[in-house]
Amino acid sequence: MPEELLATYEVRRLGVLDPNGEVDQALMPELPDAEIWRMYQLMVLSRTFDERAVSLQREGRLGTYPPIRGQEAAQVGSAFALAPSDWVFPSFREMGAHLTLGCPIPQLLQYWTGDERAQKVPAHLNIFPFCVAVGSQIPHAVGAALAVRYRRDPVAVVAYFGDGATSKGDFHEAMNLAGVFTLPIVFICQNNQWAISVPLKNQTASGSLAQKALAYGFDGVQVDGNDVFAVYRATKQALEKAKSGGGPTLIECLTYRMADHTTADDAGRYRSNEEVAAWRDRDPILRLERFLAARELWSVEKGDEEKGRATGVIDAAVREMEAMPPPGAAELFDGVQAKLTPRQEEQKRGR
Amino acid sequence: MAQLNMVQAINQALGDEMARDDRVVLLGEDVGRDGGVFRVTEGLLERFGAERVLDTPLAESAIMGAAIGMAAYGLRPVPEIQFMGFTYSAFEQLFAHAARLRSRSRGRYSCPMVVRTPYGGGIKAPELHEESTESIYCQIPGLKVVAPSGPYTAKGLLLAALRDPDPVLFLEPTRLYRLLREEVPEGDYVLELGRARLARAGGAVTVIAWGSMLERVLKSVEGYDADVVDLLTLNPFDIEAILGSVRKTGRVVIVQEAAKTCGLGAEIAATIAEEAILHLRAPILRVTAPDVPVPLGKLIDHYLPSPERIRAALDEVLQY
Repeated sequence: MPEELLATYEVRRLGVLDPNGEVDQALMPELPDAEIWRMYQLMVLSRTFDERAVSLQREGRLGTYPPIRGQEAAQVGSAFALAPSDWVFPSFREMGAHLTLGCPIPQLLQYWTGDERAQKVPAHLNIFPFCVAVGSQIPHAVGAALAVRYRRDPVAVVAYFGDGATSKGDFHEAMNLAGVFTLPIVFICQNNQWAISVPLKNQTASGSLAQKALAYGFDGVQVDGNDVFAVYRATKQALEKAKSGGGPTLIECLTYRMADHTTADDAGRYRSNEEVAAWRDRDPILRLERFLAARELWSVEKGDEEKGRATGVIDAAVREMEAMPPPGAAELFDGVQAKLTPRQEEQKRGR
Repeated sequence: MAQLNMVQAINQALGDEMARDDRVVLLGEDVGRDGGVFRVTEGLLERFGAERVLDTPLAESAIMGAAIGMAAYGLRPVPEIQFMGFTYSAFEQLFAHAARLRSRSRGRYSCPMVVRTPYGGGIKAPELHEESTESIYCQIPGLKVVAPSGPYTAKGLLLAALRDPDPVLFLEPTRLYRLLREEVPEGDYVLELGRARLARAGGAVTVIAWGSMLERVLKSVEGYDADVVDLLTLNPFDIEAILGSVRKTGRVVIVQEAAKTCGLGAEIAATIAEEAILHLRAPILRVTAPDVPVPLGKLIDHYLPSPERIRAALDEVLQY
């Protein structure tokens, strides 16, 4: 028997908006100016939130916090494509997606103070609680997609995770299950190239993370994760495919973690300033400003005005968050079970 | 009333509940076309279709994790983990998510699901097919752990578990699957979770056992004036039923299939010591497996608590 070529595979990369702010018109999604401006507002809001969260942590007013700086396009662009009825399973570094989906800002801050009451996502949002155990939320998203399929609901499910999660068994088990059952799900990997101190090249020998989807029988695409239009376009297409029975998609948003892993981390221990500096000019907000300026939709003054507005929104949210009364000891028992056991009842009474 | 074995009783409970409630969906390895390796889910694929009886890839963490997502979405999934020794692959999903989802979402989401798994030794199976590590799972707040001891309790407890608003780990004693036949009502009945059952009434000594050990205990106590408490729910276990019996007899033997150290018997003994020590006339004795890994078949009879060891413990406490 001669050797045969069994199969060959292609992995595609999508970019729409280049670092100079110029777009590929053929790929530019149809978005009215007002929608593009809304994306810009949300990216500015995300960065303002993030900067404030870091400074609140430094002042002892917030617990350990994982910054999203640099990932605003990946988060806002993907979440912007979602319908309110779609389900979202986040990790812990998607505050830009939460803000885009309309999660109350005081509540987002409240979570990072260490108050788990903030995990009670408002009833109108189909967002799962933050998931700190890396990658373990991905099977939940697959399960929700199984339920969607069973109920024949016109919705899709989105799982967010980072590059580190693609090394976990749960990622592979979940991707495999999604492929086998052709589920209505979109896997969004924010490849920020660092899992605490481990760089991408030590995380995987694969040439891309997108290509991991091919092994599970569905499409994977790498997009420029600092390009809000590319992320939006890829997510929108993947959601439409999911809802029309076309099965799952893996979207790798290639971006960069501009800040430390968390406020408890010091990235200077393991990566060079030069590497970080090289990514500064590819900043997703800067890029969008260049695009908007060329269309005469943006100026320094308009940008400052928008940043001032975001600062005001965050100021008010911080005030509201800090006015919340702390939880009492009895709240340890809230929701542990629908009905507490006799022993838990005793413990709640202080025995 | 029909005489059923435990496999038939569990199958009947699953089928009845699936007919009653379209939210109930089974998933696991070989649960569909094969009817499960013990045939517990036999016929359910034909009856309810492939959307409600899902043959999954071989991936325990994904089975458990997917069940969590299904439950949060509003279904009542019943994941089967083929043997208890394979639940370890799914442990993070059970511990970090299923048991905590209601609490960490402060009630926005819940996880009503029944994780079925065969457990226990004595079936001449390969490594990791005869595990009995229930106490590990009893240390997880938010998770109920249930172990029926025969066909009648299996059906009533499973129906209760399937209607419970929170996750339940349902341990099916593999050795008893076809060993016992009992009268099982055809209709609907539930045995409330958290309630023990007095399997035999006596006055001189309390024997506490559950699941796989109950049949052996009942045989071993013949000729003794023993109260036998069948725990049924391991967490939360029925403290009042235990204390009621202990106050009556003053003597306690706890029989557990698992290794001794930090087993469920230790928690029961500590509870009795806290709540009823003044009623005791003798030390609390435990008859357990030794603190070694579960052996293969050639050694299993030396591992499992034997009738001889159970009777020796009874004789010892009765000397006081």
